Amino acid sequence: MKILVVEDDRETATYLTKGLSESGYTVDCASDGREALFLATSADYSAMVLDRMLPSMDGLSVLGALRAAEIRTPALILSALGSVDDRVKGLRAGGDDYLVKPFAFSELLARLEALLRRGAGPTTTTRLRVADLELDLLTRSVRRGGKAIEVLPREFRLLEYLMRNAGHVVTRTMLLEHVWDYHFDPQTNVIDVQISRLRQKIDKSFDHPLLHTVRGAGYCLRAPE
Amino acid sequence: MVIEGSRFASRAPLAAAQILRNARLIVGTHAFRLAALYFLVFAASVLGVLLFVYLTSADFVERQTEATLDAEITGLAEQYAQRGLSGLIQIVAARSAGDRGDAMIYLVTDPDGRPLAGNIAAWPAGVPTHSTWLSFALERTINGRHEVHPARGRLFVIPGGYRLLVGRDISDAAAFRSEVRTTLLWAGSIALGIGLIGGTVMSRNLLRRVEQVNRTSERVMAGNLSDRVPLHGTSDEFDQLAANLNRMLDQIERLMTAMREVTDDVAHDLRTPLSRLRTRLERALVAPSGADPPAGASQSEAIRAAIDEADRLLATFNALLSIAELESGARHDQTASIDLSEVARSAAELYEPVAEEKGFALTVAAEPGVRMRGDRHLLSQAISNLLDNALKYAGGGQIELRVFPENGQAILEITDQGPGIPEADRLSVLDRFVRLEPSRTTPGNGLGLSLVRAIARRHDGSVTLEDNRPGLRVRLQFARLPT
Repeated sequence: MKILVVEDDRETATYLTKGLSESGYTVDCASDGREALFLATSADYSAMVLDRMLPSMDGLSVLGALRAAEIRTPALILSALGSVDDRVKGLRAGGDDYLVKPFAFSELLARLEALLRRGAGPTTTTRLRVADLELDLLTRSVRRGGKAIEVLPREFRLLEYLMRNAGHVVTRTMLLEHVWDYHFDPQTNVIDVQISRLRQKIDKSFDHPLLHTVRGAGYCLRAPE
Repeated sequence: MVIEGSRFASRAPLAAAQILRNARLIVGTHAFRLAALYFLVFAASVLGVLLFVYLTSADFVERQTEATLDAEITGLAEQYAQRGLSGLIQIVAARSAGDRGDAMIYLVTDPDGRPLAGNIAAWPAGVPTHSTWLSFALERTINGRHEVHPARGRLFVIPGGYRLLVGRDISDAAAFRSEVRTTLLWAGSIALGIGLIGGTVMSRNLLRRVEQVNRTSERVMAGNLSDRVPLHGTSDEFDQLAANLNRMLDQIERLMTAMREVTDDVAHDLRTPLSRLRTRLERALVAPSGADPPAGASQSEAIRAAIDEADRLLATFNALLSIAELESGARHDQTASIDLSEVARSAAELYEPVAEEKGFALTVAAEPGVRMRGDRHLLSQAISNLLDNALKYAGGGQIELRVFPENGQAILEITDQGPGIPEADRLSVLDRFVRLEPSRTTPGNGLGLSLVRAIARRHDGSVTLEDNRPGLRVRLQFARLPT
């Protein structure tokens, strides 16, 4: 899969290119807005990582031009501007996700992969399944190994997000953003406790745990090997 | 000597140039131009009025003279028509007899110009014998003195070549006219003088007040931020301008002070963790790596600790930026009608498990439909900060989150049963970087409450800290939207 990285800071660009290549992606790199526009219109990318402040043409204008040209490559905006307003502006301009600098590479990778999955096509399914864990979106019920599990509404939303991203790492900020619509990090480890509550319910009385903690990155819900 | 001379010679043009420059500076001022315009208009109107007075009064005297002469000659012509030439001569002789004091002149001559009757000896020299209205010089001897008086007269030609001259000595009128002229000249000079002085005073006054504003701005720009434009208490335009400028300066000063405080805070509270970070990295660099596993482990441990430190620094930095952004008022509000109860319930839902784990009972008492205008994300963040604080400092017990309407206000209260905050500190803890623990052992940056206050102010609301007996009650107050 080809990824376009648009970043004018050489050190960050190298860091991104190296990390993404190691994760198995082919990476093209553009260092200014014009080059980015040229590359994005001439080649087919699965996703792009776009810095907001660029020489010659800023990231949002590049994105605006691409979207106007009907190029729908999923875009992850990288920016040092992190207020809610900036985020809203970025998403309005056609961005699919917004990550504030400085960021951990694991966070970027997790978000980029979530974008790539989303690009694969919308899922209109009403039932999610990971190994023997089942989640019914219509009846809002959870079952594991045929046994019904009682969950609170917030736990249902959390599990739904984890199951939609099954097999992939989701970070704490991704959970805060998508499950609670919180665009800041509370000082208390709220997510960790929420996860451990959920884990109690879906994993405790079963042999194979499904919900795993990925150190330094986040959590991953996956079927046992 | 030669040097002296040349120096002297070169100084004179310099001085002249200086004067010229000064003159140009003065002429260039708006006040001078205003004064000059004022003076011109004033002078023109004064001169106009005086000229009008002069012409009218002179004309009036002249017309009076002519009317008298007209009446007189008409009367005499009637006499002539009734009584003939001899009658006329008799009347003229009678009227000429004695000085009647009205300076009238009568003369009747035969066709050769010889006088038959009248109070002057001969036909005046140089006076034509045919035109109707005449102006002539009259030679007279009054009290033994020979004088030449101006006179005005009218001629009536009697059939047969006889002529009747009725005139009037107008030396009095001329004297009057010259008197008027002198008076008006004086009046004009005085008025123009007053105009000149008035214009100068006015422009100087204007200049002085503008000058005061200029001087103050220069002093402020030079760094004396507390200087203000003096007010005259007249509440005229200049006072209004000065008051507005002063208000602007107040605001600038306040912003500058706030900025200086932030810079000081940043210098103080970011330098410590930064140097700690540096030390950690240095130690990690020095640690022997590779060969023996415990050393390698300690190195990666040090690096991990450094990353944690960097993350904390970033959090502090972000919080500072958010506060500054909220306080500067530069952000465009995307405010919508939001349900404060719902925001509170959502926050409680997120925090409930962690509160329980830490030994708290988190309860929500949110009356439905308490709506306000605001930014959901910011309010969530404020509630989240307050819950973080309660979990951090209260140690256990009950945490209650309440939302209710009160006197048209939307109130959000978070109460705990911890140690609370002494009354003396309740205001200062809202300031940046203020933490009540001197040892600073609890993690945190001292920005949580500042951010809450900034968010409350951004929503035109307020935050107050109260005693919950025991514990702390934080009360956020906003304008409530009618449901």
